[in-house]
Amino acid sequence: MNEAGQARSAAASTTPAVELVSISKAFPGVQANDNVSVSLYSGEIHCLLGENGAGKSTLMGILAGMQQPDSGHIRVAGQEVVITSPRTALDYGIGTVYQHSTLVGALTVVENLILGESRALRLNVSRATERLSEFSAMLGVEIDPNALTSDLALGRQQQVEIIKALWRGSRVLILDEPTSMLTPQAVTELQVVLNRLREAGLAVVFITHKLHEAVALSDRISVLRQGRVIGTIDREQVRESSPDELESAIVHLMFGDTLEDASAPELHIAIEEREPGSAAPADTVVDSDGAAVALELNDARVRGDGSQPGLDGVSLQLRFGEVLGIAGVDGNGQRALAEAISGQRRLTHGQISFLGAPVASLSVWQREKLGLRYVTDDRLGEGIVRSLPVSVNLVLKRIGHAPYWRRGQVKRDAIDRNARELVEQFDIRTPSIDTRAGTLSGGNIQKLLLARELTGEAKVVVFHKPTYGLDLKTTRTVRNMIKGLRDGKAALLISTDLDELLECADRIAVLSRGKVVGIVENGPGAAEQIGRLMIGDVSLGLAAA
Amino acid sequence: MSDGVIPAHPTDVVENVPPPVGDNRQERLPRSRRAAALRDTLIRSVVPVILALVAGGVLLLILGTNPLKFYASVWQNGVQNGSWQDSAMLAAPLLLIAVGLILIFRANIWQLGYDGQYLLAAVLVTGLGPHITGLPSVVFWLVLFLLTALVGAIWTLVPALLKAYYETNEIITTLMMSFVGIDLANILVKGPFQDPTVNIPQTRTIPSNLMLPSIPGTRVDIGVIVAVIAPFLAYWLLTRTAFGLRLHVLGANPRAASHVGINVKRLIINSFLISGAFVGLSAFVDILGVWGYVRSNWNPAYGDTVIPFVFLARLNPLAVIPFIAFFAILSNGGDLAAANTNVPTDFLLVLVALILLFMTVIEYFGRQRDLGQSYLPPGLKQVFSRPIIPRRRGTREVNS
Repeated sequence: MNEAGQARSAAASTTPAVELVSISKAFPGVQANDNVSVSLYSGEIHCLLGENGAGKSTLMGILAGMQQPDSGHIRVAGQEVVITSPRTALDYGIGTVYQHSTLVGALTVVENLILGESRALRLNVSRATERLSEFSAMLGVEIDPNALTSDLALGRQQQVEIIKALWRGSRVLILDEPTSMLTPQAVTELQVVLNRLREAGLAVVFITHKLHEAVALSDRISVLRQGRVIGTIDREQVRESSPDELESAIVHLMFGDTLEDASAPELHIAIEEREPGSAAPADTVVDSDGAAVALELNDARVRGDGSQPGLDGVSLQLRFGEVLGIAGVDGNGQRALAEAISGQRRLTHGQISFLGAPVASLSVWQREKLGLRYVTDDRLGEGIVRSLPVSVNLVLKRIGHAPYWRRGQVKRDAIDRNARELVEQFDIRTPSIDTRAGTLSGGNIQKLLLARELTGEAKVVVFHKPTYGLDLKTTRTVRNMIKGLRDGKAALLISTDLDELLECADRIAVLSRGKVVGIVENGPGAAEQIGRLMIGDVSLGLAAA
Repeated sequence: MSDGVIPAHPTDVVENVPPPVGDNRQERLPRSRRAAALRDTLIRSVVPVILALVAGGVLLLILGTNPLKFYASVWQNGVQNGSWQDSAMLAAPLLLIAVGLILIFRANIWQLGYDGQYLLAAVLVTGLGPHITGLPSVVFWLVLFLLTALVGAIWTLVPALLKAYYETNEIITTLMMSFVGIDLANILVKGPFQDPTVNIPQTRTIPSNLMLPSIPGTRVDIGVIVAVIAPFLAYWLLTRTAFGLRLHVLGANPRAASHVGINVKRLIINSFLISGAFVGLSAFVDILGVWGYVRSNWNPAYGDTVIPFVFLARLNPLAVIPFIAFFAILSNGGDLAAANTNVPTDFLLVLVALILLFMTVIEYFGRQRDLGQSYLPPGLKQVFSRPIIPRRRGTREVNS
């Protein structure tokens, strides 16, 4: 079968096995994919590299038939096709292994594999067992066909998932963040399996946000950023470069180029004002005179939720008149940090002080009243209530409080007056203040949230990915607002967009696995340092790979 | 009712709540939009009823009964000749339970323990009522009024605490508490509250001078007034108070509720208690207005009856009034009409089921239209647009 596979791959290497052509896909408020074109070749491991939210998973979801693109088309072996469901994707020979297990734990390996053949009336176990051993031989792994899948280690389960994806003869295999749940040894094993698949002439797509893995495994690397492919490193270049060269090439692609991007004229001004930066470990945060400290976290610990890490002993100081940036790959405790400060999550250890007074035991409303505000990144998920009018959404954090409510009864005039003022002041484009907030565009929803958080006695504002998914003009407006807080107030800017941090922040702390791994003064060379701090963290998990 | 109906599209139900009539904010809306919203509400709630009556009529024809004659008989026995008074008394407990359910359903919490709450309150009224002597009757009613509300509320406390602190599924816990409540009520009827003067298991009877008095000139007891006030009170709560808005936020987007600083735990517990109190009050109105005693194994299951109408009214406490009135007339007049025209009384249940069926269908079309989508389900559309799906491409290579 290897011969057949290789013959096929040799023939097919000129035409891509799968081509995604100018794919665009928008979700409310977010352009997930923007005119993305990617070609997958047989006998190659193609890595899609990018931050969470860069659009990798959406793109592969479209290929796997989970989602339909708004525009663009897909070609399989040169022929244009429409993939309407995961089942059709399999019909076209595209198999997918998802990040989270889709196996039925109570069934054996063979039973799980037969599940895919729901069209067969009789379960042919012995044939399936035979087929499993063929696949095992091909992948160079040993799998007990009669073991319960729940008894298998995660790495082994993933091998079963791979076989399941190939069971019906797929020639294209999509792996969505396959290493996220694995031990280093299992990652090594996965590497062996992937090489076997490449030898067998399959086109493998490998989605990851870990630079190190991309370098170690891929034949071709496409870097995605904000829904666009910002660069592809092709086969020859990958082969000729050393891992270090490749890494720096990718870092340059991800962060470097964009530094010279003309889209941010304020950038240069902002940087010129500052001295050359130096990296400092977390525990040597400069002491400042107590009066200037607006917000202080002292060894703050917070529980994570699910696979998301919490905070693991974070100490930070935010001074008045500064914007402190928090950089880091998404999912390293950013949400926990923001919610711990806003009061949505309780600390399990440590203290948060606001204006010198401890606030860890105060409620969201009490902190809000003191002037500690939080602009959430999950605008639709928790920021607004879609079915309520704009006017009510603007006072959502003050329900039941004067002047909008008196003795528990609503004062509509006060709410409407407030809404009219804010809509004007923040330039929220809405048909009327009675329009349901859910019908506004993403940018206007963000302006609504900013209007809600920045008014009143706002003193310290936490911004979480404040320009994610916004158009350029609104992005500019929002960043100017953040910078405007330097004037006597303070901002904590949590972002995965390095440009944004370099443009707006005075100091940038790098968050990794719930810890601050370093704080960098903004200035020339800061991007490189931050990049290194982020990569350093990533390679830790892959020490064995 | 099918369990799919309740939790299937909870947020949609809440979000589609029609613009409250007479609401200041609504009055400022452009006339055309208000009209469109009103038309939409009318279509979504009245059309299913009409379709059900028509389909029911066809069924009647098949059964060999003239549907017009049957429906006329329902009208005669449910409304005319003073029979509207019986319909009103039948509607009273239903209205109170509907209000109790609407308030908590708005928060997207599915409190289904109404049977246990109602029966416990009813049994305690009949069990304790005859022992409370020497009070002026107004005080007597006030005491029992508070007692029933309290019993109903207390019986929601366990599910409320479990939901608030451990996010336990309230459908399961309220149903369990309901079973416990029903059986506990039976034990009380057969045990401590057993009327010693009779041999059948039932409670003492409330003396007729302590039953709720009638509205002068009618047979309708004043409990009906309480039942009619309740939806207006609930409407005020939902549209005018901070509590109502918090309920809406919790129901429409629970994550937003905690984000904006609503004390979600307290709100969940309060909404359970209020819901239970209204359900308990239905026992006050029903027992002191109509029954006077409770027999063992008696369970009118008002809540089951009410739930379809609660959804038909899109969780609007005012809109539920006509629906409950409709049902009370159908139920009150229908029994006699069925006997007169020789139709099984089960036919009334068929009518209710037909309403539900058409409600679901209209709901589906409405949603498709709102989303600007085709009326065809995606799977069906695919069949039309792509008749031939190439299968098992490349299977052979791997097999060989």
